[in-house]
Amino acid sequence: MKPAFSVIFLTTLLGAGQGLFLALFTHQSYALFGLLPMQSDAFYGYGSVIALLLLGGGLIASFFHLGRPERAWRAASQWRTSWLSREVIALPVFMGMIFVYGVSHLSGFRPEVVTLPSGMLIDLSVVIGYIGTFLAFVLFICTGMVYACLRFLREWYSPLTVINYILMGGSSGFILAAFYAALAAPSQTYFFVGWALIITLLAFVGRIASLIRNARLKPKSTMQTAIGVKHPHIVQRSMGSMGGSFNTREFFHGKSPAFLRTIKPAFLLLAFVVPLLMLAMGTFSPSLLGLVFVLQYIGLLAERWFFFAQANHPQNLYYQTIG
Amino acid sequence: MTQLALVIDLNVCVGCHACVTSCKEWNTSGSAGPLCDENPFGADPTGTFFNRVQTFEIGQYPNSETLHFPKSCLHCEDPPCVPVCPTGASYKRKEDGIVLVDYDKCIGCKYCTWACPYGAREIDEKEKVMKKCTLCVDRIYDQSLAEIDRKPSCVKACPTSARLFGDIHDPESEISQAIREEGGYPLMPEWGTHPANHYLPRRKTKLKIHMDELERADNPLKVDGQLPKPAKGAPSMDDASAW
Repeated sequence: MKPAFSVIFLTTLLGAGQGLFLALFTHQSYALFGLLPMQSDAFYGYGSVIALLLLGGGLIASFFHLGRPERAWRAASQWRTSWLSREVIALPVFMGMIFVYGVSHLSGFRPEVVTLPSGMLIDLSVVIGYIGTFLAFVLFICTGMVYACLRFLREWYSPLTVINYILMGGSSGFILAAFYAALAAPSQTYFFVGWALIITLLAFVGRIASLIRNARLKPKSTMQTAIGVKHPHIVQRSMGSMGGSFNTREFFHGKSPAFLRTIKPAFLLLAFVVPLLMLAMGTFSPSLLGLVFVLQYIGLLAERWFFFAQANHPQNLYYQTIG
Repeated sequence: MTQLALVIDLNVCVGCHACVTSCKEWNTSGSAGPLCDENPFGADPTGTFFNRVQTFEIGQYPNSETLHFPKSCLHCEDPPCVPVCPTGASYKRKEDGIVLVDYDKCIGCKYCTWACPYGAREIDEKEKVMKKCTLCVDRIYDQSLAEIDRKPSCVKACPTSARLFGDIHDPESEISQAIREEGGYPLMPEWGTHPANHYLPRRKTKLKIHMDELERADNPLKVDGQLPKPAKGAPSMDDASAW
């Protein structure tokens, strides 16, 4: 498949935004149970603003993928069957929930919702936070399923696709949260770094697992099934057009196999190995964590490029030779 | 239930591209707007087509043969492109099984092309909506045309009658019989899309001759007992010699 930069930025920005919100609310939940010191409303509030900015950036990027963006609202109609439609609904609902979460913290409007028998006070921001957490996972599943539901693209047709979207977004978001905490609440940095290490390691394992799986895939469609002729030697002599077509532009990445072989270790290093090593060093200066986030984000862009480029569409069998 | 479809006879297709140009002409002139071309006279011409004729070489020289292979939307009975469409622009008509795109609803997200294993859909680079074969839905029901002309444009154009059109759910239709009796097959059956369009294979009629058929033999079963067998080339006579 041809990697579209709009979709690469959409999925990576959404992942970072969702991960950041999950990180913030994980901290608030820990603090709620007294495991960590509760931070100021500003910490959670401005963190939500950053998450919203990332999600908004992803939303804007997505419009560049559309031929007729002015009709984008129609995409919410087929949620019964289309994962893309479900994603289109889940994203603004999730953004709205983060907005309410951020406003609740920044304005200090946190009315008590219920007091648990243990005496624990559950206020509005906690309820919104739990709903937001649920929606973050709903959005992750929708984004992953957009790719994982296409049975012809066998590199994507796996639960690993959804799992890796969750883990890589989580890793990106928790590293960003660590950077944010190093600036805004330095005493809490270690908490986010600890989780970032665990999630990045899991994401590394998940991505390696999908690479191994994809390396073992055997194509289901062949020249023989594509045109229905039983013969071991079938060669295309003409695809029916001389100047290429939508089919030659949309489904081929257009880079050399050597480029593909280079980008694979590059993204594995940048997105997983380098962040793991830098986080494990144990010095949590804001500049270092900022660098980790940026390096990993570049790695995730390369990972997403590779994710698309590696998927081999069966229609390519019909578009091999211009002649 | 009706499922309109094409049956393409690869045995008689000569790869002339008449169906391609006829399709383009009809569908670029209709009320749905043109099928856009870019650089039509430049070095790198490209454009939107509903139908393409591709050419394959089967086997290796000198034991090879050429196969011309027209390819358009197969109007799958279980079309994978329809449920993935986020706007409902892609739909399958209940009354005749034609898979269509509503150009006024399509947002040009291209997701349906990812979900089609056959590469049957092409985006119109100027109108920015997805387009595909309509089975000439604006033609086959047009009462102002003579009944003989109420067929898809490609079918009308084919000089060798390699393209047949009809209802594959009607067992007595011409195309159902052709599929049944001439070995019609669907493309990429492994995906379970149940394409409505079928292809008829290349068929060769071969004459098999056995050695004993090359020699004339009277009374080959020898029901009248042994008769003398004169040498080959020597005179022979019915009922008096074995040949």
